[in-house]
Amino acid sequence: MSKIITSGGDEAEFAKPLYVPIKRRSFFMYAGATAGATALLLSGCNDDDDETVAPGAVSLGSGDVGVLNYAYALEQLEAAFYARVKASPAADFSATEKEYFNQVAAHEAIHRDFLKAAINRDAPGKIIANLNPNFDSIDFTKRATVLAAAKTFEDLGVQAYNGAGKYLKTPAYLVIAGQIVSVEARHAAYVRDLIANGSFADDSIVDATTGLDKALEPVDVIAAAQGFIKEKLDATSVGK
Amino acid sequence: MNIFRIIEQLSEVDADVLGRFDSRRAAFKTLGETAKKGALAAAPVFVASLFQKAYGQTTGSAVIDVLNYALTLELLEEDFYVKMIAGGQVPTGAPAGAIALIKKHETAHVTLLTNTIKALNGTPVAGVKFKTSAFPAAYADQLAVAQALEDTGVRAYKGQAGALIGAMAGTTSLLQVALQIHSVEARHAAHIRTMRGQTPWVGLNEMGATYTGAIPESNISQSGVNLTTQLGTTYSAADAAASFDEILTRAEVLDSSRAGGLVQP
Repeated sequence: MSKIITSGGDEAEFAKPLYVPIKRRSFFMYAGATAGATALLLSGCNDDDDETVAPGAVSLGSGDVGVLNYAYALEQLEAAFYARVKASPAADFSATEKEYFNQVAAHEAIHRDFLKAAINRDAPGKIIANLNPNFDSIDFTKRATVLAAAKTFEDLGVQAYNGAGKYLKTPAYLVIAGQIVSVEARHAAYVRDLIANGSFADDSIVDATTGLDKALEPVDVIAAAQGFIKEKLDATSVGK
Repeated sequence: MNIFRIIEQLSEVDADVLGRFDSRRAAFKTLGETAKKGALAAAPVFVASLFQKAYGQTTGSAVIDVLNYALTLELLEEDFYVKMIAGGQVPTGAPAGAIALIKKHETAHVTLLTNTIKALNGTPVAGVKFKTSAFPAAYADQLAVAQALEDTGVRAYKGQAGALIGAMAGTTSLLQVALQIHSVEARHAAHIRTMRGQTPWVGLNEMGATYTGAIPESNISQSGVNLTTQLGTTYSAADAAASFDEILTRAEVLDSSRAGGLVQP
């Protein structure tokens, strides 16, 4: 909000005519009148209007394509993870578990490739580059460590889609996101049950009072995922 | 809470957002003065009431209808699990624990949706019961019904998400809340399917009535893209179908061959 505070203003600003639909810039002029007075109130809030991309960072972009790129980045990460699991599964996985993880690997690869195709078709030139994963912290030889990482990725994926859906303006994209997130939730439940049967939706992930799964804002999801990606990602303008 | 950010976002989906405030000038003046007076603690309450006035009475029946539709399904699910637990067929241990957890969530969803509808000055549906004559005696059959309810719930929520774009209750995005319920239903569905020895995701050859909407779960094409042949890599139809859940329209869900046929008349 710092941008509008400096625009200043006084009570006279209110006398300006309003146009419907209101334009973004004129709205900020209008809002500027009270911004000074409310700066204190707002200062306690996240300053999520900062669209400055960190030096050397990959910006996911803004608007709907930003949300799609955001999803594409996460699906790239998941697909790369499961490709590793599929290529050299932990020795202590059962045959059934191996088969299921082969299926999960295919689902994530399809999500990744579909999003790539959709972005290239609908927003030519705006897709982010292929990302390089960094899985140095994951021991792929042990079932327990692979499951722990899978749980992190799947729950994070669910929280990411749940938090970003509201930023989509195009209903068709929202439907697609909804069609993907429920499959991610199925993966999450499966992995959680492998770790501890019955933990598919336990109180650590679903609020006991409201029955709501968690939702995370893009910047928070990227912060959590950044350690697994070599490129620095910037999600500050996603959906804006 | 960033009021201007919220309004900016709203303005992109609802061009008349400022027109909804009964007095635009007064609203912002009051907001400014509230802060000036140092009544910071009261400001969020004021903002919430601002949106309540703007949207609570005018959001329209469309949003209330969607919430009542969701509430109907949650009431149906809740009563089903109440009957399942009361029936005494669920084995103790992990199965009983899972059913109790799922029932707890459905009850929470009922409470949340009921309170939200009331807050929006709507009238929440009540008294929806699972049809007694359709309730199976055998545990295995009960699980099959549970799977149908959960998978249908997943499809039903995503079929209505578009109607909630931009819908707010106070400063809360109703779309996000719906998504947060939707993914929990998917977790439930995955677990029930596992309890039945099935894959946690919906496979290709599950062509029962539950899955036969206008778009069947066997669908392998999304947004005009054939997932098996047009992605640069060849994927199996089974993987393509399982990687996306499909939607059901409200009419399909409420059809007597699906959830609609399970409601006690």
